Amino acid sequence: MGFFVDLWNALPQDLQTVIWILVRIVIIVAPLMLLVAYYTYAERKIIGYMQVRIGPNRVGPRGWLQPIADAVKLMFKEIVIPTGANKFLFLMAPMLSIAPALAAWAVFPFGPEMVLANVNAGLLYILALTSMGVYGVIIAGWASNSKYAFLGAMRSAAQIVSYEIAMGFALVGVLVAAGSLNLVEIVEAQEGGIFHWFWLPLLPLFVIYFISGVAETNRAPFDVAEGESEIVAGFHVDYSGMTFAVFFLAEYANMILISALTALMFMGGWLSPFHGWPLLGPLFDWVPGFIWLVLKTFVFMFLFLWFRATFPRFRYDQIMRLGWKVFIPITIVWILVVGLAVVYRLPWWFD
Amino acid sequence: MNALRNYIKSLFLLELFKGMSVTGRYLFRRKFTVQYPEEKAPVSPRFRGLHAQRRYPNGEERCIACKLCEATCPALAITIEAAPREDGQRRTTRYDIDLFKCIYCGFCEESCPVDAIVETRIYEYHFENREDAVMTKDKLLAVGDKYEAQIAADRAAQAPYR
Repeated sequence: MGFFVDLWNALPQDLQTVIWILVRIVIIVAPLMLLVAYYTYAERKIIGYMQVRIGPNRVGPRGWLQPIADAVKLMFKEIVIPTGANKFLFLMAPMLSIAPALAAWAVFPFGPEMVLANVNAGLLYILALTSMGVYGVIIAGWASNSKYAFLGAMRSAAQIVSYEIAMGFALVGVLVAAGSLNLVEIVEAQEGGIFHWFWLPLLPLFVIYFISGVAETNRAPFDVAEGESEIVAGFHVDYSGMTFAVFFLAEYANMILISALTALMFMGGWLSPFHGWPLLGPLFDWVPGFIWLVLKTFVFMFLFLWFRATFPRFRYDQIMRLGWKVFIPITIVWILVVGLAVVYRLPWWFD
Repeated sequence: MNALRNYIKSLFLLELFKGMSVTGRYLFRRKFTVQYPEEKAPVSPRFRGLHAQRRYPNGEERCIACKLCEATCPALAITIEAAPREDGQRRTTRYDIDLFKCIYCGFCEESCPVDAIVETRIYEYHFENREDAVMTKDKLLAVGDKYEAQIAADRAAQAPYR
């Protein structure tokens, strides 16, 4: 043990910092990957249950090893690169879609102190990275050199760009309400019990943010980019094996990210819902904030699956109408409302 | 007025919540799934599965090579060749059913005057090469011999309706 301590101390300061950051990245990404794997399992189970089926239950006890089996299967499959494809971009696309989904976690606070990089412009960084993900889809669709993939890419480009705006405006509302771009400060601005959180004063923005998030991640009912019944599998028709798996990882990592961000910005992040209440408050104060954050995230992750089990796919023009003619006007109006509330120090939230 | 109501309905996502409450309730419903290899769905005596040829209790094969089944078969899956046996009785020398062609309509069984060709309730079978998909007379009789008790019981259960 002493040897390792000596070895550690012998390292130059800069190297120590780099190693320490790498370790923290692994601590964030490894459980995230595990969560992604079991999210796919949860999806199949929950959607199965909603369709009065029981879902996967053959691999391991109650099917718990199913995601592992799927991962192993995908790893051993051949990666087919179509002759007409642009090989470089074809292989870059999956990486381009997963990198932002993982990189966004860098500024994500899991607790008041538990954050990899406490950046002042955290919200801006998140906005920038979540909009990067679409390039993976577009490039995948283009590089495949296939009409279905291209159609999927076109659809998803138009859709994600439109919903990006509504999403951005919803976050502007949060920014106005919290008065900061720093994610830790955004949560601290919501200090208090469940009725102090931003979901109540920003209710329309909260709903719009989450729905836009569903659209951003190309999930049902906004999954026109995939549209398996119309354009086979959309942008990833030509992908197989691990390249396909990486797209999948990216999609689920993005869903988890959107859920976690919604929990953070509208549902008080790591704050206890009973904070400051007469009886329940002290009763639940021992629960670590991280647990609350995870629970809130799980609720939104469940909503993603619930939506998918419930709603049929939107028609393309209806998606555009919803994005441009409903969400954007509502967000703009509500930003004004929030602005007035902040200026006049509306009691309870902004006093 | 109606337009306003619809507008409010869609703005507040009322119908979407209604839909979600339905799926939410179904989440806790009892599941219908039959765990196939361990559990099996009940099979009706009318089930039309693998074919078989029956024999009379004295061991004599029923089929008299009347070729009604061959004539009625809509998929032309049955091929019959007939010739007199040594004792002078008319019998089939060849009776093939191509299971790839067969559509399991049950017309052969329906047309048979002596209840020789029947469709059993066996539905778990497979072939490992294309030749095996042709049920020859020997194979049909073997199936019939093996499952005669079940076949007879199923015919008895169906007798009132035929």
